Amino acid sequence: MNNKNSRRILVSGNEAVGEAAIQAGCTFYAGYPITPQNELTAYMSRRMSETGGTFIQAESELAAINMVFGASAAGARAMTSSSSPGISLKQEGISYLVGCKLPAVIVNMMRAGPGLGNITPAQGDYFQATRGGGHGDYRTIVLAPSSVQEAFELQILAFDLADKYRNPVILLGDGTLGQMMEPLTLHPTPYTLHATQKPWAVTGCKEREPNVIRSLFLKEGVLEEHNKKLQKKFAEIEKKEIRYEEKNTEDAEVILVAYGTVSRICQAVMEKARRKGAKVGLIRPITLWPFPYGMINKLADLKKKFLVIEMNYGQMLEDVKLAAEGKSKVKFYGRGGGGIPQEEEIMTELLHFSLS
Amino acid sequence: MTERIICAGFGGQGIVTLGKILAHTGMLEKRNVTYIPKYGAEMRGGTAHCMVIISDNLISSPLVSVPDSAIVMNLPSLLKFEESLKAKGDLFLNSSLIKKETERKDIRVIKIPATEIATKLGNKQVANMVMLGAYFKQKRMFFEENIFIALEEVLNKPELLSINKQAVKEGMKEVSEKYISDL
Repeated sequence: MNNKNSRRILVSGNEAVGEAAIQAGCTFYAGYPITPQNELTAYMSRRMSETGGTFIQAESELAAINMVFGASAAGARAMTSSSSPGISLKQEGISYLVGCKLPAVIVNMMRAGPGLGNITPAQGDYFQATRGGGHGDYRTIVLAPSSVQEAFELQILAFDLADKYRNPVILLGDGTLGQMMEPLTLHPTPYTLHATQKPWAVTGCKEREPNVIRSLFLKEGVLEEHNKKLQKKFAEIEKKEIRYEEKNTEDAEVILVAYGTVSRICQAVMEKARRKGAKVGLIRPITLWPFPYGMINKLADLKKKFLVIEMNYGQMLEDVKLAAEGKSKVKFYGRGGGGIPQEEEIMTELLHFSLS
Repeated sequence: MTERIICAGFGGQGIVTLGKILAHTGMLEKRNVTYIPKYGAEMRGGTAHCMVIISDNLISSPLVSVPDSAIVMNLPSLLKFEESLKAKGDLFLNSSLIKKETERKDIRVIKIPATEIATKLGNKQVANMVMLGAYFKQKRMFFEENIFIALEEVLNKPELLSINKQAVKEGMKEVSEKYISDL
């Protein structure tokens, strides 16, 4: 990929995410191959050697996330990537990253499960991503791009947020986004390099007190105090970092709620329905955690109905229901196992729901 | 203008390359484009297809369920996609490998003996480029200059550029001689 600004290049989502990491000053990548995100690993292997960073094809996903842990503790902007089964293997490491207050970016280009499943696109890891995923009651920021351009921009943001809050950030795409090619405009790098100011990093303690990175707190009461600090941080993230896109919700009777690739199918459905005179809107959460509960709650006050569409069997659905607090109707349509909800299917659901 | 295209054939026929060049040409024309391969554990001889959208508007869904045009390189691909093609759509057939007639009466069929033409050029692997040339000529949506720039930028084997260009030109010639007709 060429670094000239403002030129459009045709790249896949995987490659765009890789280039964004480079632009954000990522100097360490470790990963283990898995379809449908292999192009990202391949891209990093080439670009890291060009930019003087470190690329490691680890012996396993577990090794990769722990290498990221080490690099992050030493102050590097570090990332790993995988797809669903591989991300499951990384959960222990992600929990440790949170416990140790270490920044890291983890990319998940989701495929269909459960188990090894297959390599087709899916959104079955929503719960895993937004509820912490590993043990011990924690949160990770989850960003969900819906285009190649947005994948590039959110990946850069992911590094900023990770450093700002000293917490792992997950970029959650699906196989379609990873494989899809679209024109990408490379911006001048908009990131702020927090990486230069990490006074907590373990960089050698000659002439200063040693820094300690740990998640083990055995002394009575210390862990509870530590967790209170983490919770305070999560509360701050929930207050400041909610991002979403809202279209035609003012006059809408039914509002489609979808993220990632599926939101684009819903966009097409909304446009078609509007042309026929149906009052349909669209909400696209960009951060899945923190989730835009507040704005959905306000729309529920106005008795607007919500139709949640996902490439799974109803996960974000639960967040929409939590947000609506039973004040308005929430319905769901989804497909899993590699099935992608089609425009016609969503339109049918929409029609039935409008009449209900 | 929005053009939705499905390219299909067997693995090894260059379906992915065909789709990428289509999308790249669209991008050079300052249009919005999306390209999605049917990715999988595909191998030489298996089936392969990809979806391309080229549009003056923002592209919402990148998936193609009802294509405006289909470029099909072998029989299983014809059987899979002929139903879905839009009424009055364009079906580009590699008639070297597809002897069956389509059941559809409401579409325009452009038959190109792509594999034979490619073999005559000395490399049957460029049959995809013959089809691409036929597509470009029939649709008349693109500047010829951009097509050849896209070809150069997508193909990363300079030693094969010349035969690929020649194949595109042969495909164009095939259409201008025989097929341009309206429904």
